[in-house]
Amino acid sequence: MDFQVVVLAGGASASLVPLISKELPKPLLPVANRPVLSYVLDLLESNNLKDLIVVVEGEDAALRVGSWISSAYVDRLRVEVAAVPEDIGTAGAIRAIAHYLTANDILIVSGDLVCDVPPGAVAAAHRRHDAVVTSLLCSVPVSGPLESGSSGGKDKAKKPRRYNIIGLDATSQFLLFVATGAEVKKDVRVQKGLLHAVGKMEIRSDLMDAHLYAFKRSVLIEVLDQMETFQSIKLDVLPYLVRTQLRSQILLNGSPPAEENGHEKVAPQINQLPGPNTKALSFHDHSASWPSGFTAPKTHKCCVYIAEKSKYCARLNNIQAFSDINRDVIGEASHLSGYSFSTHNNVIHPSAELGSKTTVGPQCMLGEGSQLGDKCSIKRSVIGRHCRIGSNVKIVNSVVMNHATIGDGCSIQGSVICGNVQLQERVVLKDCEVGAGYVVTAGSEYKGESLARR
Amino acid sequence: MVSKMVQKKGGRVSEDPENLATVRLQAVLLADSFATKFRPITFERPKVLLPLVNVPMIDYSLHWLESAGVEEVFVFCCAHAKQVINYLNSSHWLSIPSFTVTTIESNDAISAGDALRLIYERNVIRGDFVLISGDTVSNMSLTQALQEHKERRKKDSDAVMTMVIKKSKPCQFICQTRLGTDELFMAIDPSTKQLLHYEENSDNLKGSVVLDKTLVAENPSVSLLNDMQDCYIDICSPEVLSLFTDNFDYQHLRRHFVKGLLVDDIMGYKIFTHEIHSEYAARVDNFKSYDTISKDIMQRWTYPMVPDVQFSGNHPAKLERQGIYKASETPSLTAYPLSTIISGSSSLFSSFPLPPSSSPANFKEALLLCPHLLGRPFVADLFFTKMKLISCLISVSVCAASPEIVPSQSAQIGPFTFLGKGSNIGDFSKITNSVIGEGCSIGSNVSIEGSYIWNNVIIHDGCKLKHAIVCDGAVIKSGAVLEPGVILSFKVVIGQQFVVPAYSKVSLIPQPINQDSDEELEYADNCSAVAESPSVSTSFDIPNGELTVQSADVSEVGISGVGYIWSACEAGHEEEWRHSVAPIPQDKLEEVVRAALAELDLVTQESSQLPASGELKPGSETANSLDGENEEAKDDSIDFEREVEATFLRAVHEGVEQEHVILEMNSLRVIMLSNLLTLFQKINPTVYELHKNVATVVTKWGGLLQHYLQTDDEQARGRAMYLKEFLKMNIEVILKFEEMCLESMRDFSSLFAQEPLKQIPTELQWIPTLETSLGQLRMEIQTANVPPGDRVSFSPFLGWSFKQVKEDAVEILHLLYDKDILSEDAILSWASEKEGGDEADKIFIKQSEVFIQWLKEASEEED
Repeated sequence: MDFQVVVLAGGASASLVPLISKELPKPLLPVANRPVLSYVLDLLESNNLKDLIVVVEGEDAALRVGSWISSAYVDRLRVEVAAVPEDIGTAGAIRAIAHYLTANDILIVSGDLVCDVPPGAVAAAHRRHDAVVTSLLCSVPVSGPLESGSSGGKDKAKKPRRYNIIGLDATSQFLLFVATGAEVKKDVRVQKGLLHAVGKMEIRSDLMDAHLYAFKRSVLIEVLDQMETFQSIKLDVLPYLVRTQLRSQILLNGSPPAEENGHEKVAPQINQLPGPNTKALSFHDHSASWPSGFTAPKTHKCCVYIAEKSKYCARLNNIQAFSDINRDVIGEASHLSGYSFSTHNNVIHPSAELGSKTTVGPQCMLGEGSQLGDKCSIKRSVIGRHCRIGSNVKIVNSVVMNHATIGDGCSIQGSVICGNVQLQERVVLKDCEVGAGYVVTAGSEYKGESLARR
Repeated sequence: MVSKMVQKKGGRVSEDPENLATVRLQAVLLADSFATKFRPITFERPKVLLPLVNVPMIDYSLHWLESAGVEEVFVFCCAHAKQVINYLNSSHWLSIPSFTVTTIESNDAISAGDALRLIYERNVIRGDFVLISGDTVSNMSLTQALQEHKERRKKDSDAVMTMVIKKSKPCQFICQTRLGTDELFMAIDPSTKQLLHYEENSDNLKGSVVLDKTLVAENPSVSLLNDMQDCYIDICSPEVLSLFTDNFDYQHLRRHFVKGLLVDDIMGYKIFTHEIHSEYAARVDNFKSYDTISKDIMQRWTYPMVPDVQFSGNHPAKLERQGIYKASETPSLTAYPLSTIISGSSSLFSSFPLPPSSSPANFKEALLLCPHLLGRPFVADLFFTKMKLISCLISVSVCAASPEIVPSQSAQIGPFTFLGKGSNIGDFSKITNSVIGEGCSIGSNVSIEGSYIWNNVIIHDGCKLKHAIVCDGAVIKSGAVLEPGVILSFKVVIGQQFVVPAYSKVSLIPQPINQDSDEELEYADNCSAVAESPSVSTSFDIPNGELTVQSADVSEVGISGVGYIWSACEAGHEEEWRHSVAPIPQDKLEEVVRAALAELDLVTQESSQLPASGELKPGSETANSLDGENEEAKDDSIDFEREVEATFLRAVHEGVEQEHVILEMNSLRVIMLSNLLTLFQKINPTVYELHKNVATVVTKWGGLLQHYLQTDDEQARGRAMYLKEFLKMNIEVILKFEEMCLESMRDFSSLFAQEPLKQIPTELQWIPTLETSLGQLRMEIQTANVPPGDRVSFSPFLGWSFKQVKEDAVEILHLLYDKDILSEDAILSWASEKEGGDEADKIFIKQSEVFIQWLKEASEEED
C-alpha cells in the first residue's frame, strides 16, 4: 500500500494535567499498564502498516517516546520519531515534517486513539472514491461509569457529549458538512448550493471524528502551504476541504492551472474518469447537469468511513476519557488489551502477591510485582507494576499507576493515582486525580479534587 | 353565509352521529387558493373551475377524495362562491351515495386560516380530516398515511398533522421545482418522520440553511432535504382547527401554521410527514405547475384521472381515444378504484406483449418525452410505460379526441395533444403538446405548440401560438402571434397581425391600479388579502356584456382587438418567466447560472477568508488534543458579546433611557462576572456599527432626496423645503448621535475611571464616513435639477453642516480628553496612525490638529 502513516503522538496536554508529567508524556500514559501509543502502533502493525513517522511535541518527550518505541517495537516496525516544537497544532506538526512525506496518500492517526477499526478500511474507502480526505467516524463513546450510583459522576456523564455535527450524503459515504469545536453549540448553517447538489443530507450529532484521516498528500501540502493560519487538521483543514468541495480551489493531481484552461472543453470527460479506482458517479460529478456553455466548477471529494457500532473507538484526550478507556480496555473492549483474561475475567500478573482474604473482582488488572495486604477489595480497577498496597484497602473504578504506595485502610473510588504517589493510612479519595510523586497525608479525605506537586 | 346546501345536507350529516364507532372520513377542500397567481383569469372565474385538460380542477380533487375513501367533503368557497356552488349543484358530485359534498360559503375570508376558523365555528369536523385545496391532482391512496397518522395519534396526542411529501428534485440553479414553486428545505427525523424544519426558499439568508442548535442537540440524526416537494395534502386532527382559532393571526397554512408549530415548543404539537413514492400528488399553484400537471395528466401519471377515462360526471361526453386504445376491447374506461386498476393492469399487461425488437430510437423517444418516468418501480407505471412504448412504435400520437372533432386531413397533430369535442382544425395546421378545448375553431396554417386553448376559442388562419393559455371565448385574428408565456383571459380579442409580447397577460378587465403603495402589495403577497376576493367580484359581472367599445384600448391589442395588456411588473413579478407556462428560456437560464456561480464564488471566498470560523486561537491546542475547556470559555464570551450587542442595539433603536441601558449592562456584567475592560471592549464594536448605520441612513436619505429631485419639475420651492427638511433631519441625527456617544462615554467614564482607554480613537473613525456621505448628498443636489437660486441657498447650509460635523468631532475629542476618558497617549497614537490614512481621514486629523498639537506640547512640558 502506498500509504505513509503519520502518528501525531502529542506531548504535553493541558487537559491531562496532573496525569502527565515530564517523565510521563502523554503518549506513554498507561492504559491497562501499556502506553496508550502502543494501541495505535499495534493497530497499524496488524494492518501491515509498518513504516511510521511518530511526531512528538518537545525534544525531551520525543527522546522518551523514541527510546520506548525502539525497545518495544524493535524488529517489528520501522519508526521515525520526529520532534516538533510545542503548541504548533496538528497542522503545524504536519508542516514541520512535510519534507518526510513522499507517498501519494498519507494516513494521519492521532496517537491517543484506542480503537479496533482497521485503518486499512479507511484507506480503502479513500482510494475507492479518489477522495482528497477520508475521515474515520465512530459512535460517541459512553462516557462515565456504566454502573449507576458509583463515582465519576460528572454532569457530562448524564447526556452523551456531542463532539461533532456531521453532515453526510444519503449513502453515508461523503462528508458534506462538519462542525467542530465551538461550532457544535451554534446553529447549523448548511450551504444551499451543496444541498442543491445532494438533495438530501443527513445531519448527525451522534458521531465522533476519531482523528484518523487519509489525505491526498498533494492536497494536504497545498492547503497547509496556502493557508498559513491553519493550525489544526480537525478544526481548520478538514472543515475547509469540506466547505470547498463543490468549488475546489486546490489543484488536484498537481495539474497547473494554465493547462486546465486549455482543457476546458474536454473537462466533462476528464471529470468522469478521475481514476481507475473511482466507483459510481457521485453528486460531485454534476457537470452533466450544467447547461451548455458552462464549465462545472472543479470539485473534490471528502469521504467518511463510519465504523460499525460494535467497534470500539475512543480518544484519550481528557481525564474522564483516561478513566473510561482504562475501564473499557479491561472491561467490554478487553480484546484490545492484548492480555489473556483469567476465568474470573481479570488479569493478575503471576508475580503479584495477594494477602489473605483479599479479593480482586472481575474487570481488574494487577501489574507485575504488585503487593496487596490482607482484606483488600479491588473492583473494576487497574493496578500498575510494583505497587505496594496495605491492608483493608478498597479500590473501586480507579487506576493506580506504577510504584504507588497505598497505606492501610485507604478507600479509593473513581480516582487516578499516578506513579510514585504515596497515600498514607486511612486516606479517602473520591473522584480525585493525584499527580506523580504526591504524598497524601494520613487520614485526609478528598472529593473531586486534583492533587499534584507544585 | 350558510348556503342552502348546508341545511339540505345537514339532515344527512346528523343521520349517524350516534354511530361513532365508524367515524366517517371527512375532508376539507378549500375552493380558493387565496393567492393572486392566476390573475387575471381568476377575476372572472374561480381557480378551481379552470379546466385542466378540459376538466375543472375541482373535479380532479373531488374524484380523488371519493376514490380515496373520503365520505364527507366540506367545500369552502370564498371568491366567486356562487360560481363554485352553481357548478357543484349542476355536477354529479351531490348525487353520489356515500359521498357527501357540503359547501360552506364565506365572503370575508381572506386566507386559509380564516377558512379553517370558520369551519371550526361550524363544528362539523368530528375526527381526523384531509385538508386539501381545490386545485390538487392526486391518485395516492390515503390508507397508509391515515393509518400511520392514527397510530401516531394513539401514542402521542400531540401529533396533529401528517403532511404528504413526494420526491422531486428542484433545479439546481433556478431554485424551483418542476411545478414552478420555490424550492423547499425540510428537516425530518429519519426514524420518526417528524418534521423539524420547514423553509421555503426565502432570500433572508442567502446561501445557507440554518438549523437551530437545539434541534440538532435533541435529535442525534436529522435529515435535511432539498429534494422533496410539498404536495399540500394534509391529514389533520381536529386540534388543527382549534389551533387556528387560538392563533387568530395564522393565515397561511405553511408560512404561519406549520412554522408556528415548529417554532413553538411550549405546546409541543408535532407535524409528521408521509412520503409517497409511485403515486401522484401535485397542486396547481401557478402557471408553470398548470403546464406541468397538464402534461402529467396527458402522459397518464395521474391515472385513472386521464382524458380517456370518464371520471368526471359533469362531462358526459366520453373521450374516445384513437390509436392504440382502440385496439383494446373497451372503447372507454370508467373510473375504478386504484386497486382494481392495478390488478386489472396486469391482465392488460399480458395482452400487450412488448415486441422484442422494439426499436431503440423509439424507446429513447418515449423516455425523452417523459423523463420523470425513470426510476419509478410501480406496476401501473410500468404498464403505462409499455403502453406509451407501443403507441410510439405504431407511431400514432397519443391524442384523445371526441368523435365530433373535425381535424383536416392535412392538419398535423403531434404527440400528447388533447382535442376537445366539436373543435375543428383547418388545413396544414400543426398542433403539438397542447390541449384544445371544446367548440374551438382553428383556422389553417396555424401552429400551436405547448399551449392550452380552452373552450370556444376562435383562432384565425396563420396564427402562431407558443406556450400560451387562451381562455374561453377568446378570438385570435389572423396572423397574430402569441409569444411564449402569454395569458389571454376570457373573451379577449387579439387584432390581426398583432404580436403579443412574451409573458404578457391580456384581460378585458383593466389592471387594478389601487396597488401602488408598497404596503398593500406586501399585504397582498403575504396574506393574499386582495386574492380572488369580493373586491373583485363587482367587476367580474361586466364581461357578460360585450366590452367591444373600450375607446382608448383598441390599440393595445391590435386593430379591432379588445382587452388590456397587464403590465408585467405587477406585484413585483419581474421574474415572470419563473412561473410562466413557457419553459425557461436559455438566456435566462444562463443568467441564473452565472448568478449562481458568482454566489458560489462568494460563499467559498467568505468561507476561505474566515478559515477557522473564529476559532483560531494560537497556542491553545496542543498537537493532538482537543481541550474542551478553552472552547467553553470562548463560547461564554461569545454569548456575552451577543447579549451586550443586542442590549445596546435595542437601546439605540427603541430610544431607551441611557440610565436603563447602563443598568442593564451593569447587571449583565455582574452576571457574567466579566471585568470592566471586557465590557467596554464589547461595547465598542457596537457603537462603531451604529456609526456605520448612521452613515447608511444618511446615504439612504440621499437616495430619497434624489428621488424627490427627479420627480416632476413643479414646485421648486416645495422641493427646496423638502431638501432642507431632510438635511435638517440628517444633521439632527448626527448631532443626536454625537450627543448620545458623548453621554454614553461620560456615563461609562465613571465606570472606567481607573482604566486608561485605548479604544476610543477608533470610535471617531465614523466621522470621515459621515463626511463622505454628506459629500455624496452635495453631489446629488448639484447634479439634480435644482434651480440655481435654490442651489445657492443650499450651499451655505451644507457648508455649515460640514463644518459643524468637523467642529463637533474636535469638540468630542476635547471633551473625551477633559473627562479623562481618552488618554493622551491614545489620541497621539491614533493621530500618528491616521497620518498614513487616506484623504478623508486626514481631514479630520487636520481639524483636530490644534488639539493634538496642544496635547503634544503639554506632554512635553510634563516631561
